[in-house]
Amino acid sequence: MRMLARRIGFYLLTAVAAVTVDFLIPRVIPGNPVDAVLAHMQGQAVTKATLRALEEQFGTKSRAGVWGQYTHYWSNLAHGNLGVSTSEGMAPVTTVIRGALPWTLGLVGTATVISFVLGTLIGILVAWRRGTWLDNLLPLTTFFQAAPYFFLAFLAIDLFAIKLGWFPSGSARGILDFPALDWTYVSDVLDHAVLPALTIVVASAAGWIIGMRNVMVTTMDEDYVLIAQAKGLPKRRVIWYAARNAILPTISSFSLAVGFIVSGALLTEIVFSYPGLGLILLNAVQEADYALLQGIFLIITMAVLLANLAADFVYVFLDPRTRQEA
Amino acid sequence: MAIGTTAGLGSAPADEGGLLPAPDAAGRRMRLQLPRSPKVLIGLGMLAVFLVVAVFGSQLAPYDPSRSFSATASFPQPPSAAHWLGTTQQQQDVFSQLLAGGRSTVLVAFIAGLVATALSVVIGVTAGYAGRLADDLLSMLANFFLVLPALPLLIVVLGFLKTSQGGHDLLIGLIIAVTGWAWGARVLRAQTLSLRGRDYVESARIIGERGWRIIGFEILPNLTPVVASSFLFTVLYGVGTYTSLAFLGLVNPNHWSWGGMLFYAQVAGAEQSGYWWLFIPPGVAVALLGTSLALINFGIDEFINPRLRAAGLSRRRARRAGVSGLPRRFVLGVTPVIRRDPAAAADGTGLIPAGGLDGRGIDGRASQARPSREQRNRARRGRDGRGRGAR
Repeated sequence: MRMLARRIGFYLLTAVAAVTVDFLIPRVIPGNPVDAVLAHMQGQAVTKATLRALEEQFGTKSRAGVWGQYTHYWSNLAHGNLGVSTSEGMAPVTTVIRGALPWTLGLVGTATVISFVLGTLIGILVAWRRGTWLDNLLPLTTFFQAAPYFFLAFLAIDLFAIKLGWFPSGSARGILDFPALDWTYVSDVLDHAVLPALTIVVASAAGWIIGMRNVMVTTMDEDYVLIAQAKGLPKRRVIWYAARNAILPTISSFSLAVGFIVSGALLTEIVFSYPGLGLILLNAVQEADYALLQGIFLIITMAVLLANLAADFVYVFLDPRTRQEA
Repeated sequence: MAIGTTAGLGSAPADEGGLLPAPDAAGRRMRLQLPRSPKVLIGLGMLAVFLVVAVFGSQLAPYDPSRSFSATASFPQPPSAAHWLGTTQQQQDVFSQLLAGGRSTVLVAFIAGLVATALSVVIGVTAGYAGRLADDLLSMLANFFLVLPALPLLIVVLGFLKTSQGGHDLLIGLIIAVTGWAWGARVLRAQTLSLRGRDYVESARIIGERGWRIIGFEILPNLTPVVASSFLFTVLYGVGTYTSLAFLGLVNPNHWSWGGMLFYAQVAGAEQSGYWWLFIPPGVAVALLGTSLALINFGIDEFINPRLRAAGLSRRRARRAGVSGLPRRFVLGVTPVIRRDPAAAADGTGLIPAGGLDGRGIDGRASQARPSREQRNRARRGRDGRGRGAR
């Protein structure tokens, strides 16, 4: 358990560092963010309170020193105050994010799990049948891997939504008001989620396939796999023994992958006009809504850290060696 | 932006070390020699085409990519003889934009790749060689950058930068590099750790060689394949990231790039209206550029871990290389390794099966197709001997 404690400590430290980075960016980068925000707010009445809030947020005219601003930033954070969003009519950033977060969590979470399971299974299969036609799958997956997620989203909409008309081409639901959590509503939401989820799965599964296949090919040459085969165990059992051990490095490379998947998924949401974090991120970029940008960065970072922590727990659960430390 | 390349997820076991190319029998250090598989050759060929486009793209383009051809037409025009890939909403030539857009994409990606690789070599090798506190601190720094989601961070940074000086290729490349070095550093650290304990490094240390000399002459040359792999990986990452940033409109819009073209395609609602010529050319260009890098990376992966190479061994190629009786499907626990034998290079193929010098195929049956080198030599000696005796 010492290993888990160390990991938790590391993630806490990383979270603190991420918050610090978030605090420092507007203060380190040249230029005056407040002016930029005001330039984008032409035609809107800017109250003195808003102006002061902005100046405080970016530290342009604060009387407190950097350290004072930093502690103030933390206390704001502790109170759930991430500033106000200038692009969403001065709503608190937390409210804006809270509206978008469930959609992203649902879509990206489900798609990531599906792609991991599917990609790993295909990877096992390709490795087991190496030297057969299945090897030709690899260059193809490479193409999907190298293509930007949002380009695949373009293709998916053009083909499945417009030309074939199988699925809706955008948005997260057709029924705009929230009637009740009944089947019509749920099926409508699922219907809208199929294409974006498919895009994310196709784009991200390639990485898992290649990763799993490469580790599996190495694992299959281990003696214990040969012995399992020699003992005459059923083939399924032998594959299971090899795969169980091959999956460990894949899980430990999860940290690299999850950040990419989340980033790619955000851009996918933009193409599908899916009302998640990606879409408000685009708005924030276009409207120079810095407070919202920073808030989204923080939320995504925390989500990615949590996902990593979960992967670490799974790793400790799967690999007994990590549990019996001296 | 789909990156988790062969170097990323694939060579995870390389972390454990021991997969490095060992000095060969003659005691020479093995150079990074890409296997001449079709994958690598196609990858190199494609990359060459992209480099030509990057350098001469603007000169090759039939028109000025920003020139508007019609003030009256208000919809993107489909491909025609005059405009091979059609026109955009603003009636600009898509083909010219595609050719002109390659430069910034390739440039930013290579700047990011070079800088990030330099960072990862310095940090990774230092951490692996120095050990102790320096290792702990540097490893932690790398892990921090590894778990930090890079794209959201880049979006925040460039969002703020836009106010003053966004859209500068060199600057964007540098910023991407700062977020992209960590994985390479981690792999290099692990490999350095495994090299540090080897006898030849130990003896260099005992002789009294200085640290920088040991790193530069004993360790770094053996890290070449890993460095090359992490360079390609970072370039691939740079391509994806730059395209994503341009797609979000965070890069100077007057600066043509493939991501920027996708940005304008999205603005024009291309996917909803069936204007496929607006998004397919730039998207395929990015994907093919990435594919070419990944294919070369396959070659390096196969160099580092020969098991992967054998996996791609087709029966025909295997027979040509002299491995006969290759089973229909591979046999568990047996990896046919084909390696280049300098002595046998003269006989045409230059390839010998690893277990094949004794004339046996990998399944243990005697090879019928080709006698081994030894057999041939023995036969020649015998013939010569007889000849002399008869005289």
